Amino acid sequence: MTRKKRRLVLISSALLTLSLAVGLVLFALRDNIVFFYGPSELAQKAPQPGTRLRIGGLVKEGSLKRLDGQSVRFAVTDMKSEVEVAYTGLLPDLFKEGQGVVAEGALGEDHVFRADSVLAKHDERYMPRDVADALKKQGVWQEGAQQLASPGK
Amino acid sequence: MIVETGHYALVLALALALVNSVLPIWGSVTGDRRLMAVAPSVALMGFGLVAYAFFALTYAHVASDFSLANVVENSHSAKPLIYKISGVWGNHEGSMLLWVLVLALFAAAVALFSSSMPDDLRANVLAVQSWIASAFLLFILLTSNPFARLANAPAEGNDLNPLLQDPGLAIHPPLLYLGYVGLSITYSFAAAALISGRIDAVFARFVRPWTLLAWICLTLGIAMGSYWAYYTLGWGGFWFWDPVENASLMPWLAATALLHCTAVMEKREALKIWTIFLAILAFSLSLIGTFLVRSGVLTSVHAFASDPQRGIFILLILVVFIGGSLALFAWRAGGLKQGGLFAPVSREGALVLNNLLLTTCCATVFIGTLYPLALEALTGEKISVGPPFFNLTFAPLFAPLFVLMPIGQNLAWKRGDFFGAAQRLIVAIGAGLIAMLALAAWRGGPVVSVVLSGLAIYVIVGSFADLGRRLFVGGGATAIMGAGQRALRLPRQAFGTAFAHAGLGVTLLGLAATGWGAEKITALRPGDEVEIGPYQLTFESVQPRAGPNFAERIGRTAIRSSGVLIATIEPSTRFYPARKMNRSEAGIATIGLGQVYMSIADVAANGSVNARVFWKPLVSLIWIGALIMAFGGCLSLSDRGFRIGVARRAAKAAASSPQPAE
Repeated sequence: MTRKKRRLVLISSALLTLSLAVGLVLFALRDNIVFFYGPSELAQKAPQPGTRLRIGGLVKEGSLKRLDGQSVRFAVTDMKSEVEVAYTGLLPDLFKEGQGVVAEGALGEDHVFRADSVLAKHDERYMPRDVADALKKQGVWQEGAQQLASPGK
Repeated sequence: MIVETGHYALVLALALALVNSVLPIWGSVTGDRRLMAVAPSVALMGFGLVAYAFFALTYAHVASDFSLANVVENSHSAKPLIYKISGVWGNHEGSMLLWVLVLALFAAAVALFSSSMPDDLRANVLAVQSWIASAFLLFILLTSNPFARLANAPAEGNDLNPLLQDPGLAIHPPLLYLGYVGLSITYSFAAAALISGRIDAVFARFVRPWTLLAWICLTLGIAMGSYWAYYTLGWGGFWFWDPVENASLMPWLAATALLHCTAVMEKREALKIWTIFLAILAFSLSLIGTFLVRSGVLTSVHAFASDPQRGIFILLILVVFIGGSLALFAWRAGGLKQGGLFAPVSREGALVLNNLLLTTCCATVFIGTLYPLALEALTGEKISVGPPFFNLTFAPLFAPLFVLMPIGQNLAWKRGDFFGAAQRLIVAIGAGLIAMLALAAWRGGPVVSVVLSGLAIYVIVGSFADLGRRLFVGGGATAIMGAGQRALRLPRQAFGTAFAHAGLGVTLLGLAATGWGAEKITALRPGDEVEIGPYQLTFESVQPRAGPNFAERIGRTAIRSSGVLIATIEPSTRFYPARKMNRSEAGIATIGLGQVYMSIADVAANGSVNARVFWKPLVSLIWIGALIMAFGGCLSLSDRGFRIGVARRAAKAAASSPQPAE
């Protein structure tokens, strides 16, 4: 094989791998991305029931209901609109009423959001950024309001 | 007082780094040996100063000096000593200091252990390393000063985030940084080689041990992080395709590719341009990882406080170093000589394919990690890219690597024989197929698990095929007698390769076996029983217990197998009063290679406890595999070929004999 032919083999295998990767990425990006909405955005955009979504906001005070077994219901609010969430499973350690939360799942026909995973924040001082942004859009959240305990930052 | 001297030491370290950024390069340009000789001693002094600064901060944390903002925010007088020490890097400022410490450590190591290197190469390497150090020292001093004092010192600190109060914090960040930041050395080597314009087998020989060292630490650091997440998050997951995890996986993929292509460059002087490019890429990805994790663009336990000013500073560093090196690359790479020739089917060809797949995998991870950020910046739309994306893109591109790995090992350099290699792997292929059939008949279950297990067995056996052939020459008793002697004579690198590859196979086996696991979420009262996999669990009691800086509630659970008690686990939920924060601690019993995993949540009003119980067969293999990979790396590192004397002789030989024309 000449140098030219060898190079051709090399380049074509590189192109093949790359185009495979590009194909896979485009395919995966079409079906496997999940949009994030705050409660107000959710009400406004009204996505198709069954579409996978992430929603985030504050857990409304007094809304947490423990149903039989492992099921819970709570409302996520951004102080303007709210959405009812149903979830079965263990709530994260930092889940609390009045605190930030992110839930992933899909909206049902009955406008109840069926979550299959619920995330709270990692640290009691900070709000999940997505939640903070969703709240900021509604003018509820001010930067720095919660950062009382961090004088140096 | 010690705190102020620590701060001062950092300023001095910056001054020295600036000196070392200029003088050695100037020396190598003008051929002034005295200026070049400045580099090693200044690098050592710089390391000493940064180490002192680090010591000063550690001292403040251990002594609970609450006049320091950093200590107040991240420590508490009741915190156990191990977390007082590891808490030093459990925050933004301290972790950046650790980052720079590792950077200085590698520079000092090069200064000490590379006396055989050509003077100008060493001077340039240390100078480039000093550029990086200057940038990050400036970053610390201007935006993230760990030594900032408070005017009114409070009596007590805020405590460390409970999620971080874990032995994992003592091990995972230092190891990860040794890997992550260790790659800075390969970057410095690449930049230095581009500046001096001399890129040959000798260069590959010098850069390879450093790459290997960084790779070993990175492998262990990622594995440790994954195990930590596994036992502390309570979901039983060990890899979440979280952007922060991806930030460490990308440099690992690039470093793995680099490791393989330096082999080609060292043996055959081929792929020079590509090797240099990968060396730049690997550290660039480390820098991008640092940016993602430290700038606060991501929400994660790793992103401590977010401050836009810091993000912009790191972004600036990123642009200068990645952009600068790529510009240097574009300017110089064109002038490189063509390397040795090889047929597509050959050891080199296999390694090229390996590189192609690894870098493509890396690219998909890169896209999956940064696409959401880019989309949000451009359109304001928030999306998340999770496991389904990576399962669809990364997995199909990585899977061929498992098939090709043993084949590549059995191909000859220059021109290989594919069918010959396949023939040598007949035992491995057979073992894989038998394992598949046996598992399908015995366990059944998901097809993916069966197929991947077979593939894993093939990789494990196949990794040793080449070694076995070289050890047991001929047949019968004499072959076995001679094997011991031959084993001693074989280069340890051959063993290293075999173990590292087998380790990846072992990890794959652990991953494949997750398909046979079981998971249950139930509410339990004391006395209740749960059946999980082959075991019966009895939830015995819930008891309160006081820890040093937390109160916990432990749920004692007995694990029995057909009536016989095997183990008792104590999953717990902890409450840390200083931060008013809950955290659960999973109860894990390792039985054979599998694990029973249980985490509990708060006690409900009716006295029952919500629990999550898993049976995870062979799960420990995931991390044991990583240990085996790292062991293989250490074997290679101890190879005679890597020792300094050999490199020196090679360098001399290269210098004395004129390069043959190609």
